[in-house]
Amino acid sequence: MNNKNNPQTIVQKIIASHCGRDYVEEGEIVNADVDIVLGNDITLPIAIKEFKKLGASSVFNKEKVVVVPDHFAPNKDIKSAQQCKMLREFAREFDIKNYFEVGKMGIEHALLPEMGLVLPGDLIVGADSHTCTYGALGAASTGVGSTDVTVAMATGKLWFLVPKTIKFIYSGSLKKWVTGKDLILYTIGLIGVDGALYRSMEFTGPAVKKLSIDSRFTMSNMAIEAGGKFGIFEVDEVTGEYLRSRKKRDYRIFTSDSDVEYHEIYNIDCSDIDLQVATPHLPSNAKNADELSDVKIDQVVIGSCTNGRIGDLEIAAEILKGKEINKDIRAIIIPATQNIYLEAMRKGYLEIFIKSGCVVSTPTCGPCLGGHMGVLAEGEKAVSTTNRNFIGRMGHPKSEVYLSGPAVAAASAIAGRIAVPEEVI
Amino acid sequence: MIIREKAIKYGNNVNTDVIIPARYLNTADEKELALHCFEDLDKEFKQKVKNRKVIIAGSNFGCGSSREHAPLSIKASGVRAIIAASFARIFFRNSINMGLPVITSKQASDFIQDGDELEIDLEKGKIVDITRDKTFNINPFPEFIQKVIKSGGYINFTRENMKNRFLKK
Repeated sequence: MNNKNNPQTIVQKIIASHCGRDYVEEGEIVNADVDIVLGNDITLPIAIKEFKKLGASSVFNKEKVVVVPDHFAPNKDIKSAQQCKMLREFAREFDIKNYFEVGKMGIEHALLPEMGLVLPGDLIVGADSHTCTYGALGAASTGVGSTDVTVAMATGKLWFLVPKTIKFIYSGSLKKWVTGKDLILYTIGLIGVDGALYRSMEFTGPAVKKLSIDSRFTMSNMAIEAGGKFGIFEVDEVTGEYLRSRKKRDYRIFTSDSDVEYHEIYNIDCSDIDLQVATPHLPSNAKNADELSDVKIDQVVIGSCTNGRIGDLEIAAEILKGKEINKDIRAIIIPATQNIYLEAMRKGYLEIFIKSGCVVSTPTCGPCLGGHMGVLAEGEKAVSTTNRNFIGRMGHPKSEVYLSGPAVAAASAIAGRIAVPEEVI
Repeated sequence: MIIREKAIKYGNNVNTDVIIPARYLNTADEKELALHCFEDLDKEFKQKVKNRKVIIAGSNFGCGSSREHAPLSIKASGVRAIIAASFARIFFRNSINMGLPVITSKQASDFIQDGDELEIDLEKGKIVDITRDKTFNINPFPEFIQKVIKSGGYINFTRENMKNRFLKK
């Protein structure tokens, strides 16, 4: 079983390296050391209660626990204020170094990479399902629950089932405006919302080598929407460039052995992929955006841990520049972090957005999960660059969410219906 | 432990947004969460769960968010076990961690109908549909998970197994 000569995937090697072994078997349950433990204002209140029940005297490492109030922050109501206060007091009591107060706070999965807190080869858990985002940097990173985070915060260890891996090989050239969002919606459409259940998704191929880091974050982010545990990329020059000024410590690069056996392999030719939209109420309902031009909408959201990065805002600005959005549309744009906000300001994007009739918000997860800053009323429809379109996700159970990338979202804001950029520029 | 209860049956991909909508996540109080459990999927759930305490579901039960509020609200509603064709990964972990039995059985999930009376024997690994007189064998959990369940959840398990520097003396 402990044969270090057996071929392994990236995630097997990362997990093995975190439990003092050369080799771990797929399907095996191991207790492994984690590099970073993350929680937010929705999931940590339960974890903090459990932490007190457990009776831990300290967190395992003050630098490695990350606390981000981002979901219902800035506080949306009194109850949310109480939850954020719990986080603040916990961070103070246990001297948590990486607590990000409103003003420094950003949407966690954009913030942690930006701060250089998550690195290749890391084993990371967070009480947020989109913790899989850091796979874009070659980390084995996954969402867990509050109880898991309690134990991980106290001990620095957690139980992991070593997953089998599905390999996705992307080839061909991307069409104009197509980004990682379209590739991942297309992929989830192909395999279904449980197509990667308990599996690691490994994104490879010549087309991903050319993908921007922002597009990679988007793809890793949505691995969970196919049920995936990890959504991981190999580290390359694009990753190295992104990390150069950000990394705060050394990291290790792992690659899958060339003779490793994958659970499944998918070959996807990107030249065939048009701009995608996932129709209600599953992220797997992927359709070509230009087939949905009769869907009238009420709201557009551009932001979130999926698509709130500078590359996403750049695409939106390119389409919205000098245009006015449809009079019946509310368009809400949310830069995912303060740094992204600043960069968008310097580059003139914020002025473009505001002049076109969009509203620009401080970082928050708010509308993505129907929390605040853009909740939908009964019968309303939204095009959103977020990650889920389940019943009631953005508000009233009889509202509808259409998931897209930033290009379709910006074009739809101008058209007042689902549209592709060619129709509006 | 033997659970003898009637079933409430749902379909595939029952997600955490319909189990407990995010608009109620501004509290971690389980009793309050239970008031809204399944609100956007089944308005009758609160009535049904009074005398039917096993949920039967299709594939990918609990997909979506990592919110532990989902299994917590189900457990606090009085549900004693969930049987599904498959479970989403984080929901599965969360349920095990809080000691809520989650049983994977495609056969039982396909066969058992809404309202059927069931007897679940976790030690013997059996589900009996009393209404339709049919028995299903359940695959045992991996040894580690059995230990967690036996301890009554991951917090208790950790406390029992740590005897170490992390815990207050």
